[in-house]
Amino acid sequence: MSGAGLDPKTAPTFPMAAKAMMGDVQLRKNVRHATDVIQEKRARVVSEMPDWQELREAGKQIRRHTMEHLDFYLEEFEANCTRAGGVVHWARDAEEARRIVIGLVKASGSDEVIKIKSMTTEEIQLNSALEAAGIHPYETDLAELIIQLGADRPSHIVVPALHKNREQIREIFQREMNLPELGGRPEDLADAARMFLREKFLRVKTAVSGANFLIAETGGVCVVESEGNGRMCLTLPETLITIAGIDKVLPRFQDLEVMLQLLPRSATGERMNPYNSIWTGVDGASAGDGLRDGARDGLRDGPRVFHVVLMDNARTEILADDEGRQTLNCIRCGACQNVCPVYRQTGGHAYGSVYAGPIGAILTPQLQEMHHAQSLPYASSLCGACYEVCPVKINIPEVLIHLRNKVVKQNTAGVAGLFDVEAGAMKAMALIFRSERRFRAAQRLGRIAERPLVRRDAQGEGWIGWLPGLLGGWTQARDLGEMPKETFRDWWERRGENGN
Amino acid sequence: MRVSLFITCYNDTLFPETGKAVVRVLERLGHTVEFPQGQTCCGQMHYNTGYQAEAMPLLSRFVEQFKGAEAVVVPSSSCVAMMRDHYPKMALAIGRVELIAEVDALLPKVFEFSEFLTKRLGLEDVGAYYPHRVTYHASCHGLRNLVLGDGPMRLLKAVRGIDLVELQGLEQCCGFGGTFAVKNADVSSAMLAEKTTAVLNTKAEACTACDNSCLMHIQGALHRQRTGVKTVHLAEILAGDEGALR
Repeated sequence: MSGAGLDPKTAPTFPMAAKAMMGDVQLRKNVRHATDVIQEKRARVVSEMPDWQELREAGKQIRRHTMEHLDFYLEEFEANCTRAGGVVHWARDAEEARRIVIGLVKASGSDEVIKIKSMTTEEIQLNSALEAAGIHPYETDLAELIIQLGADRPSHIVVPALHKNREQIREIFQREMNLPELGGRPEDLADAARMFLREKFLRVKTAVSGANFLIAETGGVCVVESEGNGRMCLTLPETLITIAGIDKVLPRFQDLEVMLQLLPRSATGERMNPYNSIWTGVDGASAGDGLRDGARDGLRDGPRVFHVVLMDNARTEILADDEGRQTLNCIRCGACQNVCPVYRQTGGHAYGSVYAGPIGAILTPQLQEMHHAQSLPYASSLCGACYEVCPVKINIPEVLIHLRNKVVKQNTAGVAGLFDVEAGAMKAMALIFRSERRFRAAQRLGRIAERPLVRRDAQGEGWIGWLPGLLGGWTQARDLGEMPKETFRDWWERRGENGN
Repeated sequence: MRVSLFITCYNDTLFPETGKAVVRVLERLGHTVEFPQGQTCCGQMHYNTGYQAEAMPLLSRFVEQFKGAEAVVVPSSSCVAMMRDHYPKMALAIGRVELIAEVDALLPKVFEFSEFLTKRLGLEDVGAYYPHRVTYHASCHGLRNLVLGDGPMRLLKAVRGIDLVELQGLEQCCGFGGTFAVKNADVSSAMLAEKTTAVLNTKAEACTACDNSCLMHIQGALHRQRTGVKTVHLAEILAGDEGALR
């Protein structure tokens, strides 16, 4: 039913995927429009917060502290979650996580699950694994539903269907829900989705959810959302399986005070999420409340069986890297995607991973083995807009540069490295810059070397309109001015000699 | 004041007029200007592309050339950002105690050109005359890493004869990003197209900035499209001579 997931292992390089995206005029228009709208809303609700910078700093400190003591808080979470009636599972990697979830779904006796938005399940491509195991997943987040019905792939971590406009969504609903007469107003689409999903909510007894936060102090899990479909998944089914990266933990319940201000404003430009669900353990865990069993039945609003799968999937490796570690502070608001001029041109699919945009450019190469995502750290002009909006102050440009260094080290290692064209040029230039004499010689040589490429324009100025090899990317859309006859340093010397 | 110039490798080679303009403005303001001859490059291109090891010796070289300076002025926001953001960390990585101390002592004396005028000297009017319609592009590094704020705009507003028009999407990257323009040529070109459209919409004769790397990028497209619109470094506008009024 759903299309093949985004898999960094098989994805084309960013420049190649981006080139394909550049041809999709409608997609690029949709992405730019949607990110414009969200950015404008975000700017408005952030500007009304006098303590926004202090909040960001608090968010950063909470996340940094958590990562420094992650082992402690994970164990605390496990103990408190278990005490409340939950069952905690640990998954080393994607394969193990999929196996655990499939086993739990089967044990629940269901061959279908309702799902509420979880990028973590996209990360491990859970849906196709469920289908292969004979279990049918139904996405219930509106955007995820659109993606699933359209056999598409998410292109944004908060607004996965942001690359689709309303008319395209209507067509998907008409076709997949068998509603040829469906109107195109937002309420028509919402009604169609509501009818379609309500039947699933009432029928399917097993749910799979993601988590925005795990709270160590209480063993509770928090999901924030806009539609309430998540709450249906969290309260109606008998079995709830939550899957979360180990980075999702927060030390104290009180820390939500900071996070639940930072997240909605950064993500969707809302002051508060319409639905903030926090659940701890299972219904009926507090059997000592003095109620007769029958009386308690009327109060049921949560699962009777609750599992949490805590997934590592390379996160401890990121944790072990001092410079890359701040990547794990991410609270998945997507603000960096909306503001990124690169993402705004390409949309999310070009990143070949469920995590797109600036955060994807640093997260994906660290979650995957680097050679699957070598081009991603370079998918940025280092303009710094992502760092400026990040609610927990992840210095994304700094991490990008750190990862570029890792890529270079990988590419220049061994014998093959000796033949790396870029590395050769870079090393040669570095050698030139280490000596004034060599630098001057290179400046002279440059003027000679460029001569065959220079053409005179109507004003008699020399311009280069075509460059060979690696540099050809420049002349694709830009000319390059001829080098001046005299460098600054030559002028400076001449000036000194003339006694001015 | 005795001002040492770091003109940067690409300004030296490709945009000598910018360096000359910096000299003209500073001398007009009564300062003594020096140009340490052994200077070459700050190492930004290497560092940002992932060749950190190659950038390290350039840090030592920079410190060697400028450690006695009273003030270092650099007409390039991205090179100054490179120094402020990465030199302390690089010095620590190199691990030579005296180098770490020298970098710490030197960096507070390093200024981007417009920053030197507005923040160090406290000036807005530097006595310039430039009778043209101009729009200003805030380079990302100047805007975000150096937090130049409205400093360059205040300098421009004080220029006699200038017709200053605001650029739409001022804070948007032009798409240069050093090797990004070559490695991701398609995306870079699309970002550039948005920028040049904004520039053309202002009907300005010239687009200015505090960084010739952005301007080289923007100028490259403006020339390719045969628009006739020029780019000019802020220093060259500020060097425009009052004498021309007479």
